[in-house]
Amino acid sequence: MDDYFDFEKPVYEIEKTIEKLKGLSPEKGGLSDEIHDLEKKCQTMREEIYSRLTPWQMVQIARHPKRPVLQDYISTIFTQFIELHGDRRFSDDQALIGGFAMLGKNPVMLIGHNKGKNLEQNIQRNFAQPNPEGYRKALRLMKLAEKYNLPIISFVDTQGAYPGAGAEERGQAEAIAVNLTEMATLEVPIITVITGEGGSGGALAIAVGDVVLMQSYSVYSVITAEGCASILWRDASFAPQAAEAMKITAPSLLELGIIDEIIPEPLGGAHNDPEAAASELKRSLLKHLKRITGYSVSRLTHKRFEKYSAMGKFSK
Amino acid sequence: MPWFTKSKKETEPKPAKEDIWILCESCKAHVFKEDWFSNLKVCPKCNYHAKLTAYERVEYTLDAGSFKEMFDTITPSDPLEFVYPKGSYADRVNEAMLNTGLNESVVTGTGKIADTTVAVAIMDFRFLGGSLGSGTGEKILLMANYAYHHRIPYLIFSASGGARMHEGALSLMQMAKTCAGIARLNKKKVPYISILTDPTTGGTSASFAMVGDINIAEPGALIGFAGRRVIEQTIKQKLPENFQTSEFLLEHGFLDMIVQRNEMKKVLKQVLSFCTR
Repeated sequence: MDDYFDFEKPVYEIEKTIEKLKGLSPEKGGLSDEIHDLEKKCQTMREEIYSRLTPWQMVQIARHPKRPVLQDYISTIFTQFIELHGDRRFSDDQALIGGFAMLGKNPVMLIGHNKGKNLEQNIQRNFAQPNPEGYRKALRLMKLAEKYNLPIISFVDTQGAYPGAGAEERGQAEAIAVNLTEMATLEVPIITVITGEGGSGGALAIAVGDVVLMQSYSVYSVITAEGCASILWRDASFAPQAAEAMKITAPSLLELGIIDEIIPEPLGGAHNDPEAAASELKRSLLKHLKRITGYSVSRLTHKRFEKYSAMGKFSK
Repeated sequence: MPWFTKSKKETEPKPAKEDIWILCESCKAHVFKEDWFSNLKVCPKCNYHAKLTAYERVEYTLDAGSFKEMFDTITPSDPLEFVYPKGSYADRVNEAMLNTGLNESVVTGTGKIADTTVAVAIMDFRFLGGSLGSGTGEKILLMANYAYHHRIPYLIFSASGGARMHEGALSLMQMAKTCAGIARLNKKKVPYISILTDPTTGGTSASFAMVGDINIAEPGALIGFAGRRVIEQTIKQKLPENFQTSEFLLEHGFLDMIVQRNEMKKVLKQVLSFCTR
């Protein structure tokens, strides 16, 4: 069973045909022309489809089951990852993990939403929807990074903070709010990258970066498209329209000043070439890390305050 | 400014029932209009604290005539050119402005409480559900900055359904923006008191509303993060009656106190006397 979307079907059909022809007679010269033509046609079609994706189609790619997740990037981009557990208050929330890591020659504190690669992992990690203890662990690690003067790198990929009863009892709102407040004045550089879904406050609680990067097929929104549709369209099936209206894709967000840079992905999504995706991501992280590591604390926190003060569009 | 004058009642012909009674939304009791307003829009039968407009809150909380409004020319724009079945965001905004006389979902300025000068931001639920939009966040931050520079306590009265969807991620960023303003107050030891009123939910509760030095709520307010129905659908269980009320939050350790509306001014005065030595 292949993971492809309905809008990718034409490409999939051609690829299947190519496979069949290749299998038929690998030596016969005549067929290789046909195969070559089909491959060209396939590539053109791919480029066409992916150049005019709708926001809703972007959401599908951002949520692709084979899309690389944090644990993939930990093994491809970072080395010497030492996971640090617990919020010292309640539990160890596996939906949001973090620890020491090396990015090239740079020691950093890495934190991020922890999507699973299969159902079993996702259940154990609550589908990367953190409870308050996840955010409190993130805060503990960020304060530790501040103590040791380590830059913080946060990987964002969540549908949102977990909407459970226990979460409310343990102060989900307060946990997010405290993180937003503390991150505003942290005395170390913070680089955030949205690698999948940026699900509202549950994402923002680790995303108040000096630099906010976004992979090209990722999305970032104040509410899920389904959530917005069920409220404003009174019907969750209008998610495609809601996704369009809310301007949740990387190019729109760059224009609105929400993000600082789009990190290119392989055509159709990182899952098509995880190594290439990781390489681009690593390059961007290193570039920005090098740039802002030199800032004095006062310059860093002043620029961060200016950055967030400037967000928003209103009339006077 | 009297809400209702005796002479008006005397000169008019016998009024219809609706004119002199208010129906309590909560217990459905009929309350004499005069009693309703003299009780600061709190039901004398069931203690339901009805929503106040921003200017009513000003009148009930600040010393008479002390309020000086600031930043009132800030209004929403339509950065996403947002359109949905009900119409356009631009139309919704115009309606809200016409219906409330406000320019945004928050009123900001300075005033006095028992002669102590304070900075205030007071949200108004009538304006697009008190939602947090770009203009709201800007006003809240500007007022925080004023409090920071003038070293005066900052009081925010929250009444909000959360972030304003029609401005997309720009609304989401207002959570970070407002909290950045609060963070600076903390660094400079400027007091920040959060008063949570009905309702305080979503992106508002998950930002400035829950990080007061002191978190004060009115009785029976709806205060929470996710919507009740969303939670019930997620966990497939019914929730307790008092879930996400002020009392529930106090029980779970997230409020410093619950204060009756007619005691709010007195309590604020007492708290401020400790903050502003």
